[in-house]
Amino acid sequence: MHARTEATSEATPSWPEDIFGVLQRFDVRQVPYVPDAGHSLLIERVLGSPAMRGIPLTTEEEGVALLAGAWAGGQRGVLLMQSSGVGNCVNMLSLTQIFRFPFLTLVTMRGEWGEFNPWQVPMGSSTQGVFELCGIKVLRASHATEVREVTEAAAGQAYHACTPTALLLSQRLIGAKVFTE
Amino acid sequence: MSKANLLNRRSVVGRLLADRKDAIVVGGLGASTYDIAAAGDHDRNLYLWGAMGGAVMIGLGIALAQPTLPVVVITGDGDMLMGMGSLATVGLQRPKNLTIVVLDNEVYGETGGQASHTAASADLVGVARACGIADARTLGTLAEIEAYAAGMQDTTSGPRFANVKIDSENLERVLSSRDGQYTVTRIRGALGFGPI
Repeated sequence: MHARTEATSEATPSWPEDIFGVLQRFDVRQVPYVPDAGHSLLIERVLGSPAMRGIPLTTEEEGVALLAGAWAGGQRGVLLMQSSGVGNCVNMLSLTQIFRFPFLTLVTMRGEWGEFNPWQVPMGSSTQGVFELCGIKVLRASHATEVREVTEAAAGQAYHACTPTALLLSQRLIGAKVFTE
Repeated sequence: MSKANLLNRRSVVGRLLADRKDAIVVGGLGASTYDIAAAGDHDRNLYLWGAMGGAVMIGLGIALAQPTLPVVVITGDGDMLMGMGSLATVGLQRPKNLTIVVLDNEVYGETGGQASHTAASADLVGVARACGIADARTLGTLAEIEAYAAGMQDTTSGPRFANVKIDSENLERVLSSRDGQYTVTRIRGALGFGPI
């Protein structure tokens, strides 16, 4: 496995902490995820939080169903995944319309902005379109300075207006994965 | 195509839910949802008419949110096969209040009775156990079902998984509400949660 290199010269970016802070303020309790390097700092914070439960999945669609159950049981959740997992969710995303529950997902993008691996490009290119076809509103953050504000907006419309929302975290923000020395 | 030595699905679900108390019940799409409706509508029933493969994960989300309430997922072998990975996720989370019951008729009854993998080779109890659900068993008699139903109330000893081989006869459909927003709002109301 290869770790990503950061787009900036900072050793540890601060935007994952900004996301974590927003999730805390919105009282998010269940955090299902399929790991991605771009989410690794956030996942560490979630797993270390007594108020949140990080829930590793075998496939992303599990997380959509889990969040429907969390809503039925009175808790908020957020699904963390990378763009390649969005296609795995398609039929299960029906639940966002059937139950009209406050669905929020944070998606780290692959297949754009300097991508090395062509296998990431097809799903990365169709991620936004797939969400929109499924009735999910899409927001995007491309720069570290806007992550807090965009996450606030995404969480606000998901949890307050029951508007199913995907926030795409650009590969430009995360840094393209480097496979060569 | 009734086989005399297999259990009737309505009898199984009727006995599982006869003394359900505060339990929340999730029914997988197809005949399992009809069976739960046949046992009596309830404001803590969540009926699925789609989202195949999702029943166990919906149950897990509820179980984690409401750890003091029994949560029971009743679904078919087709839904369970599609969501088999969710057994690994349950095995990792170990929700003590979650029970999963598979009504295994070894066929896709809603689509013409095509054989499922459990008819020949797949062993769902073995899968559940291998995924870390220690209490995984086969139930074969109504007396076993009744004893199991009492155990489902125990929210300190799950997760548990049971596979019940049932008769594959197609029974008259008992239609529950198909309105997911209605049923989920009703469950939330029963738990004391309002709309947004």
